[in-house]
Amino acid sequence: MELSYLEKIKQECLEDIIRQYKRVNAGHIGSSLSCVDILVYVFFSVMSKEDKMILSKGHAALSLYVVLAKAGYFDHDLLDTFYGNGTLLAAHPPCNRELNGVHFGTGSLGHGLSLAAGLAFSNTFTHKKNNVFCILSDGDCDEGSTWEAALFAGHHRLKNLVVIIDNNNLQGFGRTEEVLDIEPLVDKWKSFNFDVVVAEDGNDFQSLDTAFTSFVTSNSDRPKCIIAKTTKGSGVSYMEDKMEWHYLPMNDEQYMQALEEIKNS
Amino acid sequence: MRKEFAQCIEKLAVENEKIVFLTGDLGFMALENIKNAIGDRFINVGVSEQNMISVAASLAYEGLSPICYSIAPFIVFRPAEQIRLDVCVHNLNVKIVGNGGGFGYGIMGATHHAIEDIAVLSSFQHMRCYIPFCNEDVEGVVDRMFSYSGPSYLRLGFGVKPGEMVIPPALPIRKVCEGSKITIIGLGPVLLNACEALKNFEKNTADVFVVSEVPVLELSEELQESIRKTKKLIIIEEHVKRGGLGEHIASLLMEKGISCEFIHMYVTGYVNGLYGNQVYHVEENSMDHVSIGAKIKALITA
Repeated sequence: MELSYLEKIKQECLEDIIRQYKRVNAGHIGSSLSCVDILVYVFFSVMSKEDKMILSKGHAALSLYVVLAKAGYFDHDLLDTFYGNGTLLAAHPPCNRELNGVHFGTGSLGHGLSLAAGLAFSNTFTHKKNNVFCILSDGDCDEGSTWEAALFAGHHRLKNLVVIIDNNNLQGFGRTEEVLDIEPLVDKWKSFNFDVVVAEDGNDFQSLDTAFTSFVTSNSDRPKCIIAKTTKGSGVSYMEDKMEWHYLPMNDEQYMQALEEIKNS
Repeated sequence: MRKEFAQCIEKLAVENEKIVFLTGDLGFMALENIKNAIGDRFINVGVSEQNMISVAASLAYEGLSPICYSIAPFIVFRPAEQIRLDVCVHNLNVKIVGNGGGFGYGIMGATHHAIEDIAVLSSFQHMRCYIPFCNEDVEGVVDRMFSYSGPSYLRLGFGVKPGEMVIPPALPIRKVCEGSKITIIGLGPVLLNACEALKNFEKNTADVFVVSEVPVLELSEELQESIRKTKKLIIIEEHVKRGGLGEHIASLLMEKGISCEFIHMYVTGYVNGLYGNQVYHVEENSMDHVSIGAKIKALITA
């Protein structure tokens, strides 16, 4: 798919994200903006209908919902139920297998990679051929269970598993290098028997495209890891690289500015 | 029970190609036959219980029938969140097998004991805990577990059926001994100590019921009738008081308006801070046949 077309989809998704967060006066905006480019790229440029996505950083659920709606997994109007009582679209993906495109509820970090590895591994027995994608946050990389899953994926040579790390260097209560240094990430994932490539700008389709394309041309039997260097709050200047936008809702002025910046991007 | 478990799983897994057996690096001298029988459907995932449970959840999501095996404390407490979220809230068909429930691993110490497992797991959504009464009961209970397509936990222990006892086919609640003065309900092999204790009483002293599925969804009519008749009840379990069988049954009895004199025999942990084999810990917690006999006598003569 043409990257210019992806830009159009991204812009529409960003507008949905900002509008919905404002409508419900909720936070996790920065987290959603950090990975929306990855989700748009993977859903519209890489994934087949049989492929599966696990968003381990479930707090970016709105980003996933918006992209799923855009990709036709469910009706766009369902987004207007986000965050309300009686919705399937909770602040974290639902755990009830009722929402098309959401295979597992996530929200407690450290589960996603094991779930994705299990889905990828199931092909050994079901003889399906699909790929499984998993988006991890920096915080996910703090969890011991993530590394159990990485060992498992590397050991079993799950070549149909693609891990994308939304590496924005900000986590719940500080900068990653100050809280719990996860570097050197490339060396870590390589040492767990993954093929690793860095997308130098994980909020740029060209950069993501270059990273993904390098795997397409590879015949490796290893699981893949893309370390996407992203910016929390990407696309809204006052949110970019600011930890507080993990939590804060927008006031009216901030909302108008965010919409304006997205429209003019 | 591990030998009996391995035998029936080997049979089931050969017949059913959807069964995938995962172990957390345990099963030496026990699981080799399963491994040899099912080849690549037997996976040693290493010492990584959290990953094992989530991987199993995904295998179940894809329509497979995974079994996760380790010793009871390791497979219940470390991955409790994975069981709660990835398996139970999603209501997936994952069978979790813990060997050595209660004080089963004896002198191995507190790290290897599981005396709170039923409390933790039976509180999770859709989870059913299956507890065979004795070695001879394993096959029937495993069959019951496989007839349920939600999350389940099998608590294996060790106990040999008394020669004269006839154990009815597996059901959640079964009467294994007939009597009229007192009703005894138990969970797992520790109930055998009550059967031993009853040898020192008149024949037909106690109605003895074994419970092999928790949560107890319904009290059988036979059990209700027994308690109404004897008005004296002892519940025995190699498990802590909170969240165990005693609280489950007491709650159901209150809901039904059935009152009785009641003694709950449960374990409290490490009373004197010292360690020994399973028999030692059971005695220390006053669950041996002598202690149980004293309680029976006290309640009968009360």
